[in-house]
Amino acid sequence: MKHIANWALDTAALRGASYADARIVGQRSRALTTKNGKVGSASDAESVGMSVRVIADGAWGFAASAELGRAAVEATSARAVEIARASARVKRENVRLAPEKAVVAEWSTPYKIDPFSVSVEQNIGLLLKIDAELRSVAGITLAETNLNFNREEQWFVSSEGADIHQTKVSTGAGYAAYAFAGNEIQKRSYPNSYGGQWQNKGYELIDELKLVENARRIAEEAVALHQADQCPEGQFDIILDSSQLGLQIHESVGHPIELDRVLGMEANFAGTSFLTLDKLRHLLYGSELVNVVADARQEHGPGLGTFGFDDEGVPAQCTPIITKGLFTGYLSSRETAHTIGENRSGGTLRAEGWNRLPMIRMTNISLLPGETPLRLEQLIAATDRGVLMQTNRSWSIDDKRYNFQFGCEMGWEIKGGKRVRMVKNPSYSGITTEFWNSLDAICSREEWTLWGTPNCGKGQPQQVMGTGHGAAPSRFRGIKVGSAYKSS
Amino acid sequence: MLTKDQAGDIFDRIKKLSTADEVEVLFSGGRFALTRFANNAIHQNVAEENYAVSVRTVFGACTARASTNKFDDESLRHVVRASESLAKVQHPDPDLLPMPDSREAGGRAHIAYPEPVEGSVRSTQALSRHFEQTAAITPEARAEGVKTIVGVAEKYALTTAGVYSSAESIDGLFNSRGLSRWHTQTSAEVSITMLAADSSGWQKANSPDVANLDPLALAEIAARKARDSARPREIPAGKYTVILEPAAVLDIVGFMFWDYSGMAILDQRSFLTGRIGTKLFGDNITISDDVAHPLHSGSPFDGEGVQRQTVDLVENGVVKRVVYARATAARMKRSEHRDKVGPVEATGHGFALPNEMGEMPLNIVFAAPRDPQTVEQMIASTERGILVTRLWYIREVEPYEKILTGMTRDGTFYVENGRVQGGVRNFRFNESLIHMLSNVEAMSAPVRGCGEESFDMVVPAMKVREFNFTEVTKF
Repeated sequence: MKHIANWALDTAALRGASYADARIVGQRSRALTTKNGKVGSASDAESVGMSVRVIADGAWGFAASAELGRAAVEATSARAVEIARASARVKRENVRLAPEKAVVAEWSTPYKIDPFSVSVEQNIGLLLKIDAELRSVAGITLAETNLNFNREEQWFVSSEGADIHQTKVSTGAGYAAYAFAGNEIQKRSYPNSYGGQWQNKGYELIDELKLVENARRIAEEAVALHQADQCPEGQFDIILDSSQLGLQIHESVGHPIELDRVLGMEANFAGTSFLTLDKLRHLLYGSELVNVVADARQEHGPGLGTFGFDDEGVPAQCTPIITKGLFTGYLSSRETAHTIGENRSGGTLRAEGWNRLPMIRMTNISLLPGETPLRLEQLIAATDRGVLMQTNRSWSIDDKRYNFQFGCEMGWEIKGGKRVRMVKNPSYSGITTEFWNSLDAICSREEWTLWGTPNCGKGQPQQVMGTGHGAAPSRFRGIKVGSAYKSS
Repeated sequence: MLTKDQAGDIFDRIKKLSTADEVEVLFSGGRFALTRFANNAIHQNVAEENYAVSVRTVFGACTARASTNKFDDESLRHVVRASESLAKVQHPDPDLLPMPDSREAGGRAHIAYPEPVEGSVRSTQALSRHFEQTAAITPEARAEGVKTIVGVAEKYALTTAGVYSSAESIDGLFNSRGLSRWHTQTSAEVSITMLAADSSGWQKANSPDVANLDPLALAEIAARKARDSARPREIPAGKYTVILEPAAVLDIVGFMFWDYSGMAILDQRSFLTGRIGTKLFGDNITISDDVAHPLHSGSPFDGEGVQRQTVDLVENGVVKRVVYARATAARMKRSEHRDKVGPVEATGHGFALPNEMGEMPLNIVFAAPRDPQTVEQMIASTERGILVTRLWYIREVEPYEKILTGMTRDGTFYVENGRVQGGVRNFRFNESLIHMLSNVEAMSAPVRGCGEESFDMVVPAMKVREFNFTEVTKF
């Protein structure tokens, strides 16, 4: 593939580009779902193509095509240069890239079992077994399950000499049980809502998730929610389970620290950020217990934000984002690093596929676990009056990432250190920095999970990307609960 | 561009390779280009060309799908093998129907427009949604459009960000029962955000015909909104009369149309479960789905190639019916719900098979009110209220009462004594769509609206009483 990519680089140089990189990407995916005892969808997809990103006349151009013949590749590269020259008609300054040592490397996701090697019959058998467990509980009106496998192989070359061959494998699985009765639909999901748990792993993830073993409990909880009281409204201490906290991190830390948002590049769609440049190393983002990193390295774990190199050839790194509560870092790229006084990219530029422009994306944005041993049940026992909230049901945040509101599938009222009753429709809301400053306890490593968010949308045209978020259950003091249902 | 003849040749090759009882091939793709600007400069500028072929095979009552974007013999052989391998190991689906032939799928293979209707964009009388002028847009032309928008920003000392995109696309379907469908269209879109120190304004428009887009006019409106909402005041959350511009209306109402589906009723996940035939909204709410409406775009056939029919979903506030794919209609006729859901027939709204969602109406048209009012008239008749340009990050909080949450964005104004009194800080809402559509006091003439939270539709601006704002953010 390298010789094909080099045709693109040669053409770009011939046409006057001062920089060029080319990515050839082959993607394979398999999606299997069931619904109420039947296979819902069964599909395989493959897509192969190449894109060329160039700087000419000091401006960016990008073109992509599925055609990999020499004439087509050269035409695509020429188109990218033509587009860059059009960009230069409306520019304010020349693009400048932070220096990066050109790397020649191979990297691939470590995995034990190739997920595509497991037979479809076995997979469907597993999903239907889960489905049967869910529907064996009286009151379940809808059961949905899913399995997803992805493999992406990429060749990256640049006019600076980079030559990187990288293969990423990811696996996802989950299910949901719905109970409709009266005027109410209740739902429980496992291991997480909206597609379950996803990691950069092989089929071994499926065994680790203990999907069948948890199905009956999940279905029973969905039905039991109909008998539960409405979550009380008011100011409460809340404990978030690790999956909900993972999404909280995603929305109220991960997005605001994207430097392209901060610089206004996403103002028309995804929005901007309250984290203006003056706040770096000055803002107390959270309490002293809050330590957040953006870590794309394999040693952080098999998150959807784990890789060897980003899509402009920068090696995976760990950037401290919040250090003992202080805001200490952004997600950056070669183009944006200089705006925060850095002479190197943080290595976060990624593209959805061969036909999309790489942009700043979250890697694994994780809240580090507490250092003092603390299990969830101990945290509950140490809480006098509060609500434990589990598994996300709805999420929304403003376009500068201040005001958020989350709903969860299930809650437990805590009184005197004990779970006293299940409550339905729990929700909470707040302002980002006030919320993180109210954190007063984080469970320790034993409770920490690296969650995968497979569906993060950003950019125009919109790109969907997988991100990782490590979190352990944590407690937040004096949070507004229940305004979502204080309704119309 | 991939032509229908080329696609037909590919289908013939696939048919020869297939050993399945039935085979269906979907074609999609085209050319797409987008120029993106921020901080008064072009910062991203992309173009791509790609086509995908998606093969569904059927063995008995088992079906599955595989797709590729490579059309050489080996790739086609591989994709057929992948589809067949998946299909052969499926459990038989008793609801799977034979593929439709052209008689069952309906005769109309192209859009036949009715008389033009009035709207904010020029009505198009052509019998095509493909416009050469749109297909021919160059990077230089998009850059010139951006330059115009930046010129407006600089005139008012604002910063602008947005997109100018253009596309030429195909959708095709061939099956082994002789059905062939082909649709080509173009599209162009301009979306503009204008940013001031503490405020912003936004406008967006799209059309198959670039002649309907006026970047200068859109930029001027966005700039005016940014300037007029400067120094926003904080006013308390609570229930307000709101005037929702068309983009805000489609952003929020779009969240209910997944539920206008026979499958959603069968799954008991629709807020219409047990409510079809009841009066759910105000007398002034009448909604249909009509792909042939002159302000709409999109292909006239569904995921099985069945012609999309015009369907009256809501009439004077009463939910009359939902849409159906072929198999969903057959299932509904056998179900306990069959007598309580209005007319049950395949309406041409199915997704490509196999899928778990069934169908959905995607060409929504709100009927014009008897006494349309402009947004200015709605403001003039409002004693105290909020004017909303756009909504953002909308999510469903409660599925049966259809409570949605979200934020206002890019131009939120306080209205008092019939006049706009300046910008206000943005609100979070938690509002039931049932409640909202029961409290519509006035509507404008419907226009082709486009937003970011939902799909394009033909919608009016709405004046709604007692809209539930629950929190205020910091800007």
